[in-house]
Amino acid sequence: MLEFISQPWPWYIAGPLIGLTVPALLLLGNKSFGISSSLRHICAACLPANIPFFKYEWKKEVWNLFFVAGILVGGFVAMQWLSNSEPIQIHPSLVAELSTYGITEISGLLPEQLFTWNSLMTIRGFLMIVVGGFLIGFGTRYAGGCTSGHAIMGLSNLQWPSLLATCCFMIGGFLMANFILPLILSL
Amino acid sequence: MVKEIKNNVVTPANDLDIRLTDAVCVNESQLEHAWYHNLKYLAVGVLFGIVFVKAEIISWYRIQEMFRLQSFHMYGVIGSAVVVGIISIWLIKRFNIKTMYGEQVVIHSKTFNKGQIFGGLLFGLGWAITGACPGPLFAQIGTGVGVIIVTLLSAIAGTWVYGYFRERLPH
Repeated sequence: MLEFISQPWPWYIAGPLIGLTVPALLLLGNKSFGISSSLRHICAACLPANIPFFKYEWKKEVWNLFFVAGILVGGFVAMQWLSNSEPIQIHPSLVAELSTYGITEISGLLPEQLFTWNSLMTIRGFLMIVVGGFLIGFGTRYAGGCTSGHAIMGLSNLQWPSLLATCCFMIGGFLMANFILPLILSL
Repeated sequence: MVKEIKNNVVTPANDLDIRLTDAVCVNESQLEHAWYHNLKYLAVGVLFGIVFVKAEIISWYRIQEMFRLQSFHMYGVIGSAVVVGIISIWLIKRFNIKTMYGEQVVIHSKTFNKGQIFGGLLFGLGWAITGACPGPLFAQIGTGVGVIIVTLLSAIAGTWVYGYFRERLPH
């Protein structure tokens, strides 16, 4: 059983499980599935700075912070006790492309050469780690949700603004991955 | 701004309205619970985080493959999650299924604003650079990639900067 769980899970197992998070949170206490809001609650809790956008009772949404803390713990549990030692399978074209940028250490879930404390001091690492993170936080809040809130919760509730947002996420992603990221990776 | 609030207890008067600005997922309950009731969301989060790691949704490579159309995996994950979500919400509405506390399930609807376009594009750029949306950031830190703490702090900073300039941005 444990051996079975330790293999990478296929999409048709993972997708439905993620989909079930929607009714699980609704029925456990009327909570709408969403993750990027947690970043806003952290701002409201730690540094509201008299900004109207952060002046609300964040404690009413504290469940969201418990939820994201759980995700962090889940990541730890999966890595410690449910992982196998097989290297990750990557599409050969992507492997070839990355090798042209000198990225050859590709055994983990993230490229070790890109996401380390040392690379933070390089222009490439700074763009990917710091600027990338900033775009996530700024963009999700501007859009009013992320992949969870819009693409999964919003689409599940048949909200067309969420469909629009999801399409824009994909367009932004396609532009970055195919046209801008190659320039960043060659720095 | 908010046309319909079914649960009428909102203190202070416009607290929910503030939370509803630029957020899809807002929750309002008349019920007051002790803090440990939140542990069940922690438990759901743990299971969710395990799925994230085991299905390699938090992998930078899977996101790159998605945006290069080299793999069906992420499309399968998101697509099947949405199908299960649609069916679940339909069942909840159709049979008026109540929460475990007996409350009616309330989901706020989302109105269009231009932020969904501008913000959506910006987030898409960030998603493809970091290979992560906000959820996977937490899971990646859990798996031990320490430097992602910087990405998360930067995402929090991005959220704060948005809040600061919100009134001056086109919506």
